[in-house]
Amino acid sequence: MSPATVSADVRDGDIVIATRGLTRRFGQNTAVDHIDLQVRRGEVYGFLGPNGCGKSTTIRLLCGLLLPSEGEIEVLGLSIPKQAEALKQRIGYMTQKFSLYDDLSVGENLDFVARIHGLSNSAIKHRLDELFALYHLDTLRDQLAGTLSGGQRQRLALAAAVLHKPELLFLDEPTSAVDPQSRRDFWDALFALAEQGTTLLVSTHYMDEAERCHRLAILERGKLVANGSPRELMNQLPGTVLLVECEKPRAAQQALAGVDVVLATAQIGASLRVLTKHNGDNVNAAAQAHQIRAALAAKGIDAAVNPGTPNLEDVFVMATGREARAQVPS
Amino acid sequence: MIVALRRMFAIVRKELYQLRRDKLTFGFIVGMPILQLMLFGYAINLDVRNLNAALFDQAQTANSRELAAEIGQSQIFNIRYRISSDAELDALLRAGKISAALIIPSDFERRLAQTGTPAVQLLIDGSDQAVQGAARQLVSLPVSQLLREHRTPDIAAQVALVNFFNPERRAAVNTVPGLIGVILTMTMVMFTAIALVREREHGNLEFLITTPLSPLELTIGKVVPYIGIGLLQTTLILLLGLLLFAVPVRGSIVDLYLAALLFIVASLALGIFISTLVQSQFQAMQLSFFAFLPQILLSGFMFPFAGMPKAAQWLAEIFPLTHFIRLIRGIMLRGAGPADLWIEFLALLVFAAIMLALAILRFHKRLD
Repeated sequence: MSPATVSADVRDGDIVIATRGLTRRFGQNTAVDHIDLQVRRGEVYGFLGPNGCGKSTTIRLLCGLLLPSEGEIEVLGLSIPKQAEALKQRIGYMTQKFSLYDDLSVGENLDFVARIHGLSNSAIKHRLDELFALYHLDTLRDQLAGTLSGGQRQRLALAAAVLHKPELLFLDEPTSAVDPQSRRDFWDALFALAEQGTTLLVSTHYMDEAERCHRLAILERGKLVANGSPRELMNQLPGTVLLVECEKPRAAQQALAGVDVVLATAQIGASLRVLTKHNGDNVNAAAQAHQIRAALAAKGIDAAVNPGTPNLEDVFVMATGREARAQVPS
Repeated sequence: MIVALRRMFAIVRKELYQLRRDKLTFGFIVGMPILQLMLFGYAINLDVRNLNAALFDQAQTANSRELAAEIGQSQIFNIRYRISSDAELDALLRAGKISAALIIPSDFERRLAQTGTPAVQLLIDGSDQAVQGAARQLVSLPVSQLLREHRTPDIAAQVALVNFFNPERRAAVNTVPGLIGVILTMTMVMFTAIALVREREHGNLEFLITTPLSPLELTIGKVVPYIGIGLLQTTLILLLGLLLFAVPVRGSIVDLYLAALLFIVASLALGIFISTLVQSQFQAMQLSFFAFLPQILLSGFMFPFAGMPKAAQWLAEIFPLTHFIRLIRGIMLRGAGPADLWIEFLALLVFAAIMLALAILRFHKRLD
């Protein structure tokens, strides 16, 4: 319908979100900085990044709640923000902060949302019963939303966001105030939705949650610094993870602080986990291990250095650390 | 269109559910009219009566005693002290024990006989405006009239005052109709502004704007319940005014409710406009109060409109309360109808239209 250049990606029917050069500035501050994004139908796509990295702003731009300063957005084949009204029927949005009414009961909240979406009285009853069962809200029907626990609130918010069966669901840090068991249950519910064909875009700052996504993007200061499936990102890590075993891991950590290939060190129990970066021709793990061993020996520390397996946190540190260096003027 | 109406009705339902649980707001809506009616009806009485006074009778004649008794009976002054020296008078005034003193000089009889010279002296505490007013009331009474045997026809009152509509000079008759306007201004403007901003402040708006609900539907749905509340408050004040103060409704009850409805809509429009200017409920309250204060002071509710400087009068013409006070007093007390007061109806209509237009111009369905 619109002659936007991103539409070529969308037309193949597989891509539901496509952006090119998406940018949003608030005064001097650039919250979202030239992001190119592609999300496929039916996948759980993660936004991983620290607070203030532009996750929420990007989601709001994609929903048409904020106007982009630059760039193109196409969501479900609609050009945003121009066709944002048409998009609203087809998306669900679960806000970071609980956005239903604390002084209405669980049932009244869902009834209200159903009426806003224009459901008929009989359809409302049917759909609400379905949601009560699906999200274990039957016993909470008459309880005020303000008195629910964190996990219960999230289930209610999710039920409200999917009430009109949207094709695409945005979730902005949905589990930030929820206990671990509730988080696992919540993610099971998200995968159930994905299985039925709903596309989900979830922002998080938990590594374990990001690892469960089909694909994810790492955001840092408004920039997209890495994207791909968690496995791809870990395999393509442009660095090495080394496990250092020694008598005094704290001393070893201090000894490695000044070594330029060392990107991060973290003590895990009695051992030290070291993330090194690849530079120049020095790209194999054995050579890096040798360099670390030498650096420790120079400080009189005798240690065993063995290769470890990278995890998503390493990917995150590598991606965001690279970004931090790029900011330093040369 | 039908879908839009259904969505608006969903908002109305939700507002009513929330209002039912919000005991404080509900109490405010019903309690405030009652409280204000009691305050203005009983406690705040602008007719000055029973001021404490002292009598310094230097003449001690039959006439002087009669004059003192007459003044005592006027109920303006309550003569509590009889003094015999200037020092005593000074001490009482300074201590605030009296607001006025009546001094009858020793040559009182001679002064009475002589027209042109003041017969007595009234000394007042000029720091209190109300006392000055009361004193003026008393001074306008010729002393000779108070004393029957000295009544001389040539200095009879030159101006005959005929009090229409409120012959008993009861303050409540004038206050109660105006009070409807004051209470409606308070509740309609402040409550709608707060109610609309609340959605934004609590984060509900961020969810609502991703639904097909339009901001206009949201606003209308949210203010419709307040029209009902406003009419309820109007009825409450009318009934209490009638029962407690016998305030009449001389005009048509339909005209009265029409005026109230129009004023409610104008005030709601002001509230909606305020809500588009502010970010938080606290700011909404501040701005509503800022809009409320000049209205209550300049509308003619508290002080006579005619007595205000020209600039204040022009300013007051902008306020919906000014026009409503004229309407409601006209309808309730003088039995006037739309034929007499059409310009006030028109003014309210224009005000409401301008406020709504401004508010709609400022609506966004985005967060920025």
